[in-house]
Amino acid sequence: MTSAVKVLVMTGYGLNCERETTRAFELAGAEVTCVHLNDLFDRSSMLLDFHVLAFVGGFSFGDHLGAGTVLANRLRHRVGAELNEFIASGRLAIGICNGFQTMTRLGLVPALDGTYFKQQAALTHNDQGVFRNAWVTLKCNPESPCVFTRGIDVLPLPIRHGEGKFVVKDSDALEQLESHGHVAMRYVHPETSQTTLDLPHNPNGSVNGIAAICDTSGRVFGMMPHPEAYLSPFNHPHWIRQKINGVLPEVGLGRQIFENAVRFAAAELV
Amino acid sequence: MATELAHHRLEVSTHSHHVDARGVALARQICSEIGVTAQSIRTRDVFSVFAAIDQNQAQTFAEAVTNSITQNSVVGESDDFDFDWLVVVGFHAGVTDNVARTAVDAFADALDRPLAETEKIYSSIEYLIKSAELSRPQVEEIASTILANPLINNVTVLSRPDWRLSGTPINQPEVKSDEAITVDRVDLDGLDDKALISLSKDRLWALSLEEMKAVREFFQQSGTDAKRQELGLDGQPTDVEIEMVAQAWSEHCKHKIFDAIIDYTDDAGDVRTIDSCYRSFIKKSTREIGEEVDWLVSVFEDNAGVIRYNDTINLVYKVETHNSPSALDPYGGSMTGIVGVNRDPMGTGIGADLLINVWGFCLASPFTEPEDVPQGLMHPRRIRDGVHKGCIDGGNQSGIPYGIGWEYFDERYLGKPLVFCGTVGTLPRTVAGAPGHEKSIEPGDLIVVGGGRIGKDGIHGATFSSEDLSAESPVQAVQIGDPITQKKLADFVMEARDLGMYRFITDNGAGGLSCSAGEMATNCNGCHVELAEAPLKYAGLQPWEILLSEAQERMTFAVPPENIEAFKALAATRDVEVNVVGEFTDTGKYHVTYNGDTVAYVDLDFVHDGYPRMHLQARWKPPTNETPPAAAAADLGDSLLALLARLNIASGEYKARQYDHEVKGLSVVKPYVGVCNDVLSDAVVLMLEPTSREGIILAAGVLPRYSDIDTYHMTASVIDLAVRRSIAVGGQLGHMAGLDNFCWPDPVQSEKTPDGEYKLAQLVRSNQALYDYTKAYKVPCISGKDSMKNDSTRGGCKISIPPTLLFSTIARMPDVSKALTLDVKRVGDLVYVLGVTRDELGGSEFYAMYGGVGNDVPQVDAAAAGKLYDCVARATAAEQCHSLHSPAVGGLAAGFARIAMGGRLGLDINLEQIPTDGEPLEAYQILFSESNSRFIATVPPADQAQFEATMDDVPWACVGAVKYEPTVTFYYKDALEAEVGLTDLVEAYHSTLEDI
Repeated sequence: MTSAVKVLVMTGYGLNCERETTRAFELAGAEVTCVHLNDLFDRSSMLLDFHVLAFVGGFSFGDHLGAGTVLANRLRHRVGAELNEFIASGRLAIGICNGFQTMTRLGLVPALDGTYFKQQAALTHNDQGVFRNAWVTLKCNPESPCVFTRGIDVLPLPIRHGEGKFVVKDSDALEQLESHGHVAMRYVHPETSQTTLDLPHNPNGSVNGIAAICDTSGRVFGMMPHPEAYLSPFNHPHWIRQKINGVLPEVGLGRQIFENAVRFAAAELV
Repeated sequence: MATELAHHRLEVSTHSHHVDARGVALARQICSEIGVTAQSIRTRDVFSVFAAIDQNQAQTFAEAVTNSITQNSVVGESDDFDFDWLVVVGFHAGVTDNVARTAVDAFADALDRPLAETEKIYSSIEYLIKSAELSRPQVEEIASTILANPLINNVTVLSRPDWRLSGTPINQPEVKSDEAITVDRVDLDGLDDKALISLSKDRLWALSLEEMKAVREFFQQSGTDAKRQELGLDGQPTDVEIEMVAQAWSEHCKHKIFDAIIDYTDDAGDVRTIDSCYRSFIKKSTREIGEEVDWLVSVFEDNAGVIRYNDTINLVYKVETHNSPSALDPYGGSMTGIVGVNRDPMGTGIGADLLINVWGFCLASPFTEPEDVPQGLMHPRRIRDGVHKGCIDGGNQSGIPYGIGWEYFDERYLGKPLVFCGTVGTLPRTVAGAPGHEKSIEPGDLIVVGGGRIGKDGIHGATFSSEDLSAESPVQAVQIGDPITQKKLADFVMEARDLGMYRFITDNGAGGLSCSAGEMATNCNGCHVELAEAPLKYAGLQPWEILLSEAQERMTFAVPPENIEAFKALAATRDVEVNVVGEFTDTGKYHVTYNGDTVAYVDLDFVHDGYPRMHLQARWKPPTNETPPAAAAADLGDSLLALLARLNIASGEYKARQYDHEVKGLSVVKPYVGVCNDVLSDAVVLMLEPTSREGIILAAGVLPRYSDIDTYHMTASVIDLAVRRSIAVGGQLGHMAGLDNFCWPDPVQSEKTPDGEYKLAQLVRSNQALYDYTKAYKVPCISGKDSMKNDSTRGGCKISIPPTLLFSTIARMPDVSKALTLDVKRVGDLVYVLGVTRDELGGSEFYAMYGGVGNDVPQVDAAAAGKLYDCVARATAAEQCHSLHSPAVGGLAAGFARIAMGGRLGLDINLEQIPTDGEPLEAYQILFSESNSRFIATVPPADQAQFEATMDDVPWACVGAVKYEPTVTFYYKDALEAEVGLTDLVEAYHSTLEDI
């Protein structure tokens, strides 16, 4: 497809979704380089060789001082200038789970008022107080400029986190988030597609059911659920039912997120 | 800039307008476990920083570790008076403090310089409890049971008046070492038998009298060796030498009971002599099957078994137990269990990628009355919470999904819980141009240790686990894992492997460097270890402690000298510490020096093979058990509901969902299935790559209660259970391997074990069945583990586990799109029962519910079962079934309930149709018997004819249909026998362990 699109997947220090995230971008037609964080720090200018930057899931630094905290500090400290330039030049960045947590700590999302590198939102402990792995149903916000969710209505994906409850500082921030299309995905009830605040369909108690947000450009995006864990149709918990009912998709639906990114990058950035 | 070390206290707490999730969860736990209500519990993380920084720099650091949206930070002590009790929990000196370790990383980024060697950061958690009704003893109980484990934690309880007077104590658990470093000679000459035994016991060597004598004799002879004398040693062993030998000879390392010569007397008085159970049964079966199949690659040789998977990949699988450490510290014990077993595949062949974890726990009921727990033992609920949490944190943080997980409950696990942890890995068939499962060592190769540093934690783990749990059990065997250090190490190992940088790799597990270097040395016939080169967490370790420490997250490598610089350079860029601690030789000696002085010089042959074999007696007498009289008259519907709520059947979903099972994107049949994803699956299916069609099936079986009748049939049943569970998710026989994990009560006759001969006979019978049934199914054991001292004498009360065998299987699945789940899928589908139901209620959950064991334990007809499994595999390959389930504990009754709950649809079942072996059975016998080798299938009416044709040769019957109406209805002899509502079934299934 468009191997001119170059994606950097970062790894190391307890990150652990690099392999499936790499595969996801490859299936979408990108050329992917998986880089250990220390190699990135040693050659920080390499960041600008890429069109898309992926902050993958995992447990960077064991989540010990709060998910994403230590990694965000280190990124700011070691590649802050390059990251700034990367974002300012309109390239794409996606953060998934621990990557999303890291991006909020870095202040890459939501970047209200176009202010980057200032923390404005957080992902805190799930209301239930424990880690949870379950499938949820997400509804994409058609009003959002988000590049990654374009054309997607409802998407089932797994969540796997202990700190996924999306919160903002105050009601003004929430209002701004909502009115400027920063909200890209919400947890919904699978039968009604209505936003839900309750377990099990809202797995963590996120305000307004928020599962994913982006900056105002829609090019910088973070989400708690794991699209890279739904690359195969056989990943879905009910795929056997889908098969019996003749509605089993050809490929895993999580791929759409990565295909959107690569398609956009090929058109706008290459 | 400040240059003097100053103490700065940093507090990080949740903003008042956000929920303190940790505090809320604790308040809930205290209420449910202790029965008192705390008005509120707030928590804060405290960092005690001892560094050359000023107040502003401390502030900068505090801000860097604080989430500005959800948290506050204070440098110093906050003026927060709103509490009645303050509990401070830190770590004892030397205990792994993962949070502090990460804080050191954060410090470097925040202040633009690394923390100096002399500077320290310690972490603690402070709990601010508000409650008018709590007394000091209650708070102390909460502190020492729920908030902390006194074996690893420092705990301070302050009332508010105390606190006003003294303030919060400074947390500074510094390791102080004023002990002189010495190497002692151990004088064994002239000691009588009693003195030898008590010396062995006092020093935790776990050596028997015969072994102590063998050691004495060996060193007396060695004393005349000129080379030994030249090195400054004599006819007395050094403490390093005897510790080294004790580790190598431990039951844990040498499996002496499985290696013993056993005279087995059966109930007719006939005697046969078994020359090692391991060789006579387990290995023999595998060797014989190996002559018929071509996919066994490396078995019983390396850290884990290896089988071929496809043209490019071999599979590696190992399951371990970590029972004794988990009894003392459930969290640390199970965490080191799971991250420890990860290192087995990592150290197999030239190093496997870690793919999937498995776990299983045998526990006493979490609802045990506190007064029924002997003094010195932890309450089983706390053990359960701890072992789950440890395994959850260890697995999740390592980024390894779990495949299967299970729990089994019996009150006899009160003394020692069983903690099974396992890992599947993939090993490329070719790595850097050579077979991936092979490795070698050349004399001159360097001994390199990589990963964590060495401390006093985990000393004597190997010998300690070879003893019963008594009041004297050593606390230093307790340790906490550090999954992130290990994850970094694992990532590094894969890079170094693919670059061909090392020739050999193995893990540091039990016995530490002593065992890993010693075992590696057998590949080249010698090694020389220089202990002063080993990296220490802190000064003050004795040489023997350095050699033995089981500090976690370490691998040992053989690196050719020409590669060492590149190996070190790669490690440095991956933040992994590696140290050369010696070299491999061909001298035939295990030579250890400390700063150049020889502290051990022993024949390698003696270390590994010098121990005298045990010669034991076993005597079998079949037990006779009571059959519970109430069972036959029980109401079937009520019994079914009560059965579903029992711990061995009830849903454990709340805990299971805290384990990541989908990282890597491989999951096809998940641990919990059905429309509401809430019914435990028979087995799991995973792909090896995120979008491949090829997959593997993992299944397991454990049925300890059957051991109360006959371990032969217990063993046959667990093997059949694991096998048929694999078949139930779409598998087939032919490319399936097994793992055996024996956990036994001490089977050696002695004063404290007067029934040792019987327990040993149980072991022999179990092994005999293992041979018979693995052979019949052609499911060879590729690795295993035994843990033979699962008894506790704490609190003056002896508790022994029931003989327990976990049988785990791994099977290749060529096409995962043929996989099946147990939940019924469509109204109108026909329900079939396949296989024969017999009057086999002995050892059943049904009898247990009515307070008895019975005698008719389920048996296995392997020939008939094999035929059935082939037919079922043909039906699933042809996609004739919509669902498939293999009933086990709880029998067909629980089976019907599960498939109905899974689909949230009803069933009409005619019990009379169910195939039996001729004799008429009562309805309760049909429903609750746990006969082996059976399935419940649902088939769409359109496929009825084809399905029945496929089953032509085996016992089957169409027994009913799936209906929309939400009830499960049983008919017998044309009458309605029982009807249970779906909602009631689901409620019973969920209520017992909901949120627990």
